Amino acid sequence: MEEIVNALARALSFGTPLLIACLGAILNERAGVVNLGVEGMMALGALAGFAVAFGGGVGDGNLWLAVLAAMLAGGVAALLHGFVTITLQANQFVSGLALTMVGLGTAGLLGKRFEGQPLFNQPPEWPFTLGAVGLAVLLTFVFYATRLGLSLRSVGENPAAADLLGLNVSVVRYAAVVAGGALAGLAGAYLSLVYRPSWTDGMTAGLGWIAVALVIFVGWSPLRAVFGAIFFGLLYYLQFRLQGQAAIPSEVFASLPYLLVILVLALSGLRGQQGNAPEALGKPYRRGER
Amino acid sequence: MRLEPLPSASPWRVLGVTLLALGLAFILVGTVFWVYGQNPLEVYRAMFAGTLLEAKGWQEIFRRSIPLLLIGVGLTLAFRTQFYNIGAEGQVLLGAVLAAGVALFLPLPPPLSLPVMVLAGALGGALWCGLAAWLRLRFSVNEILSTLMLNYVAQHLVIFLINGPWRGKDVRGYIYSDRFAEYQQLPVWPGSSVHWPTLLLGVLLALLLQFLLFRTTLGFRLRIVGENPGAARYLGLAQGRLLLLLALITGGLAGLAGVGEIAGIHHRLIEPSQLSSGYGFTAIIVAWLARGQPALVLLTAPLMGLVLAGGDLLKVSFNMPFRIVDVFSGIILFCLIGSELFLRYRLRR
Repeated sequence: MEEIVNALARALSFGTPLLIACLGAILNERAGVVNLGVEGMMALGALAGFAVAFGGGVGDGNLWLAVLAAMLAGGVAALLHGFVTITLQANQFVSGLALTMVGLGTAGLLGKRFEGQPLFNQPPEWPFTLGAVGLAVLLTFVFYATRLGLSLRSVGENPAAADLLGLNVSVVRYAAVVAGGALAGLAGAYLSLVYRPSWTDGMTAGLGWIAVALVIFVGWSPLRAVFGAIFFGLLYYLQFRLQGQAAIPSEVFASLPYLLVILVLALSGLRGQQGNAPEALGKPYRRGER
Repeated sequence: MRLEPLPSASPWRVLGVTLLALGLAFILVGTVFWVYGQNPLEVYRAMFAGTLLEAKGWQEIFRRSIPLLLIGVGLTLAFRTQFYNIGAEGQVLLGAVLAAGVALFLPLPPPLSLPVMVLAGALGGALWCGLAAWLRLRFSVNEILSTLMLNYVAQHLVIFLINGPWRGKDVRGYIYSDRFAEYQQLPVWPGSSVHWPTLLLGVLLALLLQFLLFRTTLGFRLRIVGENPGAARYLGLAQGRLLLLLALITGGLAGLAGVGEIAGIHHRLIEPSQLSSGYGFTAIIVAWLARGQPALVLLTAPLMGLVLAGGDLLKVSFNMPFRIVDVFSGIILFCLIGSELFLRYRLRR
C-alpha cells in the first residue's frame, strides 16, 4: 500500500511539468497554432526562473518573481513564434523547430554562469501540482462553457467562419500562443526550482517534446491530459525504481520514455485519435483565401 | 501599406530577400553576444578572421561541411516531399554504429572492409529513417515526433555500446571503442582532417539527386507527391512507396555522414555528443536555404560549415559554450522562413 501511494506521489511529481506544458500546447493548438518550440521555451523558463530565484547568489531571490520571470520568458519566446507564423504566415512546424534551437541555445549560453550552482530557497511542490490539475479543470470549463472558449475553438476549427462573425483571428491566436508559451515557461521553472533545484544545460531532456506528443495522445482534451501526465510520470518512476535492480542495462530504461512516446502515438493513430485535431491546425490564415 | 501578391519571385528577388534575412540573423545573433557580455563586432571579427583568413580555418570549414552536405542533400528531398525528417542526428549515429560494428567485428579482407563499412552505415541510417516513415504510413505517427524520439534512443544505444559490449580494451576512464585498423580509415587531404572521398561522394550525390529530381520520372513523381498530394492521388501514384523510398534515401545519406565522421576523423565509435555535434539540426538550415534544390546545397553547406567552425573558435577564444551554434541555427531559420512572405508578396503603398 505504502509502495503504491509512494509511486503515485512520485508519478504526480514527475507528471506535473508534463501536464503544465501539455495544457499550454493544448491551448495554442485549440486556436489552430502548433508550437513545436515547447522544449526551447521550457529551457528558457527553467533558466529565467532559476536566475531570479538565485538572486545575489545566496538564494535570496523572490520565488514568486522567479515563477513570473519564467512565464514571461516562455511568453516572449512564444510571441516570436506567433509573429513569424501568424503575421508572417511562415510554416508553423519549422518555426517551432527554430524556436527549440534558439531556446535551448540561448538558455545554454546565458545559463553557463549558473551551471552547478545550488539553489537554497526552494518553493513547495504542491501548489504547482494542485495548480496544474486545477488549470486542467478550468481549461475544460473555459473551452466548453464560455464564450471565450467558443471563440478560441472556432478560430482553430474554422478561422474563415470566425472572421466572418467578427472575431479577430490574429488577436485570438496571438493570445493563445503567448499563454501557451507562458505555461511552457512555468513547466520549465518547475524543473529548475522544484524538481531538481539547479540549472544544467539540457535539463529539459526531451520533456517538452513528450508534452507535444501527449497532446495527440490525449486528443486535445485538458482533462485527459491529467491522466496522460500521471501515466508518463508513473513510467518515469518505474524507470528509476527498476534501474540497477534488474540485469537490464540502465540505457534501456533511459530510452524507454522515448520509445513509449512512439508506441503511444502509434496507438493514438490506430484509434483514429488524430481525427480530434482542430480542423485548421497548422495552417496559416489568410483573409480571402481558401 | 499593403501586401500585393506576386505571380512568381525572380531569382534576383529570392537572392536579395535571402541575403537580407541572413543579414538580419547576424544582427540578431550579435545582440545575443552583446547580452552575453561580449562586443559583437569583436566576436564576429575573430570568428571570420579565424576561419576565412587562415588555411587551418578553411580546413575546418571543409571538414564541417562534409556531413552537412550529405545530410542536407537528403533533407532538401525530404522537405520537398513534405516529410519533416528532423532525426538526421539519430540517423548519423546509427550509420556510425553499423559501420563501427563492421569495422570491429566483421573479419573481412582489408580491401573490402571500408566499402562494406560505408554500405552498412548507409543502411543503418536508412533503416532508422525508414522506421519513422513506416510508422507514419502504417499508424499515422507524426514523423517530426518519431524521428526526434529516435534521436534520443540512438544516443542511448551508442552510449550503451561504448560503455558496455563494445568498450575498447585500451581505454581507462573514457568511453569509446577500440581504434579501427589503418585500412578501415578514410584517406584525408594531407595535413588536415578533410576526408576527401566522402566530400567527393557528397558533391556527386548533390548533382545526381538534382538530376534525379528534375530530369527523371521518379523525380517528377516525388515532386508531385510533395507539391500537390491531391494530384498525386488522382494520377494514381503509390504515395506510400514513394515516401518510403524517399525516407530510405534521406536516412541513408545521413548514415553516410556518420561513417565519414568515424572512419574519416575519430577512427573509433565515440560519445554521441562528440560524434555528431548537432549536424542533423544544422543540416535543416542547409536544406531550407537551398530551397529544395539539391545542387544548391553545394553552396549552403559550406556556409553553415563556417558557422560550425566559427562556433568551435568562439568556444576556445571567448570561452562560450558550443550551444552558440544552436542560437545561430535557430535565428537564421527564423529569419529565413519569416522572409518567405516577401517572395510571395510585395509591399505597396
